[in-house]
Amino acid sequence: MSKGHNFSYFIHEGVSNMFTHGFMSFAAVGVTVACLLIMGTFTLVAYNINEQLHRLEQDNQILAFVDDSLNDLEARALIDDIEGIPNVRSVEFISREQALDAYISQYEESERDIFDGMEASVLRHRFAVHVTEISLLGETAASIDAVDGIARVKAYEDVASGFVAMRNVASVVCIALIAILFLISIFIISNTIRLTTFDRRDEIAIMKMVGATNGFIRWPFVYEGFLLGLLGSLIGFLLQWALYEFVARGVSASDTMQLIQMVPFSQIWHYVAAIFGLSGIVIGVFGSLTAIRKFLRV
Amino acid sequence: MIRFTDVEKRYDNGVDALRGISMSIEDGEFVFLVGHSGSGKSTIIKTLTGEVLPTAGRVMVNGFSLNKISERQIPLMRRTIGVIFQDFRLIETKNVYENLSFAMRAVGASPKAIKQRIPYVLDLVGLAGRSRRFPHELSGGEQQRVAIARALVNNPTTIVADEPTGNLDPARSYEIMQLLERINRLGTTVLVVTHELDLVKRFHKRIIVLERGRIVSDGKERPIRPVHRWE
Ligand SMILES: Nc1ncnc2c1ncn2[C@@H]1O[C@H](COP(=O)(O)OP(=O)(O)OP(=O)(O)O)[C@@H](O)[C@H]1O
Ligand SMILES: [Mg+2]
Repeated sequence: MSKGHNFSYFIHEGVSNMFTHGFMSFAAVGVTVACLLIMGTFTLVAYNINEQLHRLEQDNQILAFVDDSLNDLEARALIDDIEGIPNVRSVEFISREQALDAYISQYEESERDIFDGMEASVLRHRFAVHVTEISLLGETAASIDAVDGIARVKAYEDVASGFVAMRNVASVVCIALIAILFLISIFIISNTIRLTTFDRRDEIAIMKMVGATNGFIRWPFVYEGFLLGLLGSLIGFLLQWALYEFVARGVSASDTMQLIQMVPFSQIWHYVAAIFGLSGIVIGVFGSLTAIRKFLRV
Repeated sequence: MIRFTDVEKRYDNGVDALRGISMSIEDGEFVFLVGHSGSGKSTIIKTLTGEVLPTAGRVMVNGFSLNKISERQIPLMRRTIGVIFQDFRLIETKNVYENLSFAMRAVGASPKAIKQRIPYVLDLVGLAGRSRRFPHELSGGEQQRVAIARALVNNPTTIVADEPTGNLDPARSYEIMQLLERINRLGTTVLVVTHELDLVKRFHKRIIVLERGRIVSDGKERPIRPVHRWE
């Protein structure tokens, strides 16, 4: 059934079916768009939180300050103890001098003279520790604190645990929503196409009578579902894009949300497009297959 | 060739429509199937098109055993049979030509084959020049000719007609029967279900008489039973 003249017939039938039921097609596309948008929004929120977490992981989450009683050599030797702690990805030793330099360099050059004569000894030697799994940050910090020679540990735990909780909630909601919305979309598309099959029941009966294969009878309807799904995913993608840009602009303009850095849409648009396209097509094709299944028995 | 061996059919509601049907129709035969209403004529037609599954017995249709046939093979079996109904079953939104091309396209015929075949078939059924008419622009007799053309268009070996003249006046009915007889002479096996015994008697053909799901007479002689039994 791969002959060219059949294919153009399927396309023609599929497109004309779609227009015959203008309102239902409109509704089916609308529901698909809505479902994809909700799905997409939650996914993108979860994705951005996750990216934010990765960024946090790359920042210095744990600063471990060395006890002043240790000399330089003893202090540097602690690195082995810290590296041996589970969940520690990397450890960097920062001497008092480096810490002071870094501290001073935060200020404008013109203001730096106020630090003239400041002794590095006011600061402590320290380790910057990166972890692998941010949700275990608290445990890891406690283990580092327990190392002999570490005086104090500073972890950005509150921020991290907040993000972890958000990520977990977002993932659960995301998966549940995707499952429900997928089913709803398939149901609506399936009903739209059931209307067409009902309209065409005489033609289907004649096709079966003269010996058309189930595949041949099925194709125009599958194509109709495919087109509805594709159209839904295209519109959904454009709206998602607009929504994303709108939110991103709002976030970067807001003072309180400066902390959050959204991934630019230009970096991820092809993933979004691929997922939307694929979901739309799956919804459309599944919808049409369920709609015509019962028509094809005997 | 069509062969029924001890075929029984009990519908889901418990009605025994066929109670042990054995018959065989050779290639090239013309056979009338008669019997009063509810005797099981349509059930026999539906059994040999695979629309109804027999409860018992064996059915062979043009080399396909319907007891063992796979779902994939059913369309191939159906292509060997052209079916005609009392109510024509044409697609109202398509003209004569489109009704026929629809049936050809459904089995994967090429546009070229369609263009060649349709004028020939329309000419055969006496509808040359009517190809752009829509069903509602044709008389009942003409509509049935379109249905016959559609049954023939994919070149089946067998034509099965379930009361093809039920909606037509006697003169039109006679013409349709003559047309089916001509198609039979061109080599196609023809099985015609009908109520109209008067009409049947005008053709000297094999007649199978059905009564309450059983064959009570089969042959070229006139059936023994009086006519009113079938009315
Ligand atoms: N789908 C069905 N479900 C249940 N019973 C059926 C079904 N189709 C037919 N019957 C019954 O089976 C018996 C035979 O029906 P069938 O249609 O074969 O008769 P027929 O000879 O074609 O009658 P008619 O001349 O009125 O068309 C009848 O009693 C009928 O009521
Ligand atoms: Mg009947």
